[in-house]
Amino acid sequence: MGHDTKFTNQEFKLVGTRPARPDGVDKVTGRARYGADISAPGQLVGLVLRSPYAHAKIKKIDISKAEKLKGVKAVITDADLPDNTKGNRDLLDILENCMARGRALYDGHAVAAVAAIDDQTARKALKLIKVSYEKLPHVTDVDEALKDGAPIIQDFVVDPRTKKNSNLCKLTTLGHGDIDAGFAEADYIVEQSFKTEQTHQGYIEPHACLATLGPDGAGELWVTTQGPFAFRSTCAELLGLDISKLKVTSSEIGGGFGGKTHVWVEPLALALSRKANRPVKMVMSRDEVFRASGPTSSTSIDVKMGVKKDGTITAAHAVLRYHNGAFPGFWGMLGAMTSFACYDIKNIKPVGYDVLVNRPKVAAYRAPSAPMAAFAIESTVDMLAHKIGMKPIDLRIKNAAKEGSRASYGPTYGPIGIGPTLDAAKNHPHMRAKLKKNQGRGMACGFWFNFGGQTCVDLNIGTDGSVNLIVGTVDVGGSRASLSLIAAEELGIAYEQVKTNIGDTASLGHNDMTDGSRGTFSSGMATIFAARNAIEVLKERASKMMDVPLEAIVWENGTAKAIGKGHSNMAPLSLKEIAAAAPKTGGPIAGHKEVVADNAGVSFASHICDVEVDPETGSTRVIRYTVIQDAGKAIHPDYVEGQFQGGAAQGIGWALNEESIYDKNGILQNPGFLDYRIPVCSDLPFIDTQILEIPNPNHPYGVRGVGETSIVPPLAAIGNAVSNAVGVRMSHIPMSPMRILKALDDA
Amino acid sequence: MAGVHISTTINGDMVEFACPQDETLLNSLRDRVGLTGVKEGCGTGDCGACSVTLDGRLVCSCLVLSAEVNGRNITTVEGMSEEGKLHPLQEKFIEHAALQCGICTPGFLVAAKVLLEDNPKPSEEEIRYALAGNLCRCTGYDKIVRAVQAAGKEMRKKRR
Amino acid sequence: MRYEAPNTTKEAAALLAKEKGQAFVLAGGTDLIVRMRLGMTEPDLVVDIKNIASMQGVTRTATGTRIGAATSGAVLGENKALIKAWPGVVEAVNLIGSDQIQSRCTMVGNLCNASPAADSVPAMIAAGAKAQIVSPKGRRTVAVEKIVTGPGQTSLKKGELIESITLPKPLPRSGDAYLRFIPRTEMDIAVVSAAVSLTLERGVVKKARVVLGAVAPTAVIVPAAAKAIIGTKLDDAALEKLAKACSDMCNPIDDKRGTIEYRTKVAGVLGKRAAKIAFQRAGGS
Repeated sequence: MGHDTKFTNQEFKLVGTRPARPDGVDKVTGRARYGADISAPGQLVGLVLRSPYAHAKIKKIDISKAEKLKGVKAVITDADLPDNTKGNRDLLDILENCMARGRALYDGHAVAAVAAIDDQTARKALKLIKVSYEKLPHVTDVDEALKDGAPIIQDFVVDPRTKKNSNLCKLTTLGHGDIDAGFAEADYIVEQSFKTEQTHQGYIEPHACLATLGPDGAGELWVTTQGPFAFRSTCAELLGLDISKLKVTSSEIGGGFGGKTHVWVEPLALALSRKANRPVKMVMSRDEVFRASGPTSSTSIDVKMGVKKDGTITAAHAVLRYHNGAFPGFWGMLGAMTSFACYDIKNIKPVGYDVLVNRPKVAAYRAPSAPMAAFAIESTVDMLAHKIGMKPIDLRIKNAAKEGSRASYGPTYGPIGIGPTLDAAKNHPHMRAKLKKNQGRGMACGFWFNFGGQTCVDLNIGTDGSVNLIVGTVDVGGSRASLSLIAAEELGIAYEQVKTNIGDTASLGHNDMTDGSRGTFSSGMATIFAARNAIEVLKERASKMMDVPLEAIVWENGTAKAIGKGHSNMAPLSLKEIAAAAPKTGGPIAGHKEVVADNAGVSFASHICDVEVDPETGSTRVIRYTVIQDAGKAIHPDYVEGQFQGGAAQGIGWALNEESIYDKNGILQNPGFLDYRIPVCSDLPFIDTQILEIPNPNHPYGVRGVGETSIVPPLAAIGNAVSNAVGVRMSHIPMSPMRILKALDDA
Repeated sequence: MAGVHISTTINGDMVEFACPQDETLLNSLRDRVGLTGVKEGCGTGDCGACSVTLDGRLVCSCLVLSAEVNGRNITTVEGMSEEGKLHPLQEKFIEHAALQCGICTPGFLVAAKVLLEDNPKPSEEEIRYALAGNLCRCTGYDKIVRAVQAAGKEMRKKRR
Repeated sequence: MRYEAPNTTKEAAALLAKEKGQAFVLAGGTDLIVRMRLGMTEPDLVVDIKNIASMQGVTRTATGTRIGAATSGAVLGENKALIKAWPGVVEAVNLIGSDQIQSRCTMVGNLCNASPAADSVPAMIAAGAKAQIVSPKGRRTVAVEKIVTGPGQTSLKKGELIESITLPKPLPRSGDAYLRFIPRTEMDIAVVSAAVSLTLERGVVKKARVVLGAVAPTAVIVPAAAKAIIGTKLDDAALEKLAKACSDMCNPIDDKRGTIEYRTKVAGVLGKRAAKIAFQRAGGS
């Protein structure tokens, strides 16, 4: 199989078991404190005034009446957020996204903010702010935005080909080989266009923070975030503060999925606090979350693929247009990078377009950009299979990338899991289950890079032998349990003896965000090394206590044991005993590690899904769903399964019903959970999971990130299943009942 | 605008507070009574994170005015464990990893408790429809449904 | 905002009549409090009717069933006699929102909110329900279909409020049914809906009423659809005629929830399906 590595078949005592999470009791009793759950003495309520227009010049903002209202303590506009970005355009874009600077670029763009003694007063104050707008032409559709004569959103953006002012902010051409030669070799060629609509991460907890910033330039921020350290540096830079003078504490986080890797109201809360010199609490309403925070790109994708009769895919070309919202990003680039990553194809050329439109700045959402590309490519792969009369799974197996394959985005793969997930899918009983009338089965594969990055942990051993692990990656879904397992495994002690805490920015060195599926991967790696460093200290202390040379001490099963001549009768010293003696043997015992956890193993998944479509209404029910994914090594299998299931559920929602609907004026029509339809409990079946473990050779335990890949295949898996059920190719996501019925009528 | 004075029973305790006449029960519970286990996900009755019981009936506290609850009986997630012992639902949610981020968990627990008290042995479909008013974005509901099934079993055992 | 919770309908009507600003009745609050939260409504007065005894509960009368205006969907769903008499009406009310919403929402609130997509309204109209209206000047009884005049608008005058809904005693061998289409399985507003109430005589449809929701500014009665099945045993040809009559009656809008094309087509589908269920409930075969 070619995926044997030095970490295969490692024996673990604790890793791979399923103990209760350390923060479980807090979270089932209501004690856990999320973004909106704390208060400070004298705190004010902060609220934001937002643009009712998709695109407008802001001629004047009159805040005088609002400022005079009794109980209002501060009103801010862009004038209170001077440009401290020193020519850093990306940072200036973040600042302008947080607060409009002379122009509103999308429905919901912040234009002013107030802080008042209570909610009622703040609401009244918002109404007293008078903004004069001059409406400008707008564009919200990704294809329309690329047309000649489309309203231009950013003056500084030029088409890299024509050097003319344009909404095309980035063009990424990747690939290898010669696609013309490849298509000439093909027996059949399939060309198909696809569209996907804008979705939202849909975390249940709205953005919330409590900010304090004094005239001395020192402040604190309690915030629901995936990255307290990144929030600290971004906020400090935007407000012109010293990074070390701002302490950011991450609250418990009520879902993020990438949407809480970006700042929105936090710099405003700090600016209001600075102006009022009082703590300011800001909590977004659900309406604001949908209008102004974190959506994904809508896309328009053209695919052309060629295949030989024997199933060899000879060439693949894709043009992937991703909207970025009103500010430049790299979402089309990511789409192009991931597009053909599952396959070993000689001639490929994915081209990514990043396009500006009058919609909110696109934010990361779980394997950002990959699901839409996978929808287009994996649908086309199914069409190729039908063309040559091959089973779609066999076509995928034949062309799957393997160790040594050149990835479509450049590098050469090490040991990877796409082949094994496909083999497992082929052998899964789900594949053989009988289907009834109006039912269809589909499958699809998915890829995500995963990320490692900067990480830093502290491991402190108490005098009673209990261990405090402090990490800087926010726990988004049970990572405290996984990291406690890793620390206990290394130290050779009980899981219950370890307590993992999330550190604030003042108590730990920089950590990159919990994104890129890196939480357990990178903090796990740092924890292993920190524990090993602590073991070195434990051994030194034991050597003192036993009066045996350090070289003669080994660490086994949580004890220091003396080996060699003359030591065989000496009783080993437990971690507890060594810890108890610490005050007299040299003081506190701790281990630290700072790493850049590079080489996070790439991750692959194959999903199988059955749907039933009502041909008279176009309504689709997912009746069976199976996720098969490579986890490298599953530290806590419950939470690995949880990631598989959660990602699949989000993908199912995206595939069938989720969609941000903008009207012809560029106004969002469905900023709430009533009409932005995320799956409810009765919409879904149980989601079966199968964890494969193809160790990542770059992690001591073989761990790969597991959080994101599971959202990549569902759009295509369901698209293929629906297409098979109704006999018509579905090419527009979401496949709402209306789109399905229309496709049936048009066929 | 004059406020109202409310005197009500919350988790078995007499509680009094004053609030504006248009304040919702959700805001009073969180900001005046200090029960922040009651979460706000939407404020419009679409997510169920603010679920509490009002005279035994399951409601979204964001869609109840505090002015309505004088003399009534309210329970929240904070009142679920008794004498320091977790409710079987709380235990099974932890055991089955039925929470990831945990923001929806209080609402699910309150709703599931009402379900199991009305219907001690619900089918999978009954559980799914009974919990359809509670949104979870992390789990895909799989482990939540299993935890409720397991808690139902546990509660039936205890009743015998 | 001022909150009042009177104990009699008369007091409630007087409060509403006297108020100079914006006054609203609060029953379940599942529409009103949402609108307040979204800043769409800023009431000066809210009159809670839940403390009014005559507005609570289900009672059997000589001519049928009386349902107090403040009776929640959950309470209706627990009433076995009502479910037996008017299963379509109860299932329509019980489709409104989640269990959380059911604990609060009311049929009369659903009616007075005057959404074209209200679930309980087509079923009430199909059943021949009447509304008892009280004002400081007196009482009047009107058919439910006369209440809603357009999206968000009713025929109720200032100071008037509905105290109860009455449903007639169902004739022997009768059945009713309500179906709606939503994209998810729960928690959505109807994209299109259909209610059918019918009575059989010797296995043949003798009387019928077909009502559609979410396809026009108000719920619409479709006489041609009723005519299509009267005198039949609900054979396929009759059902197709019913479906066509339903689609022909549609005058919907394109919005975020559905297209004109979709609503028009699916109205016929739901009309057929609801008729089949009602037929079965009436004992037809």
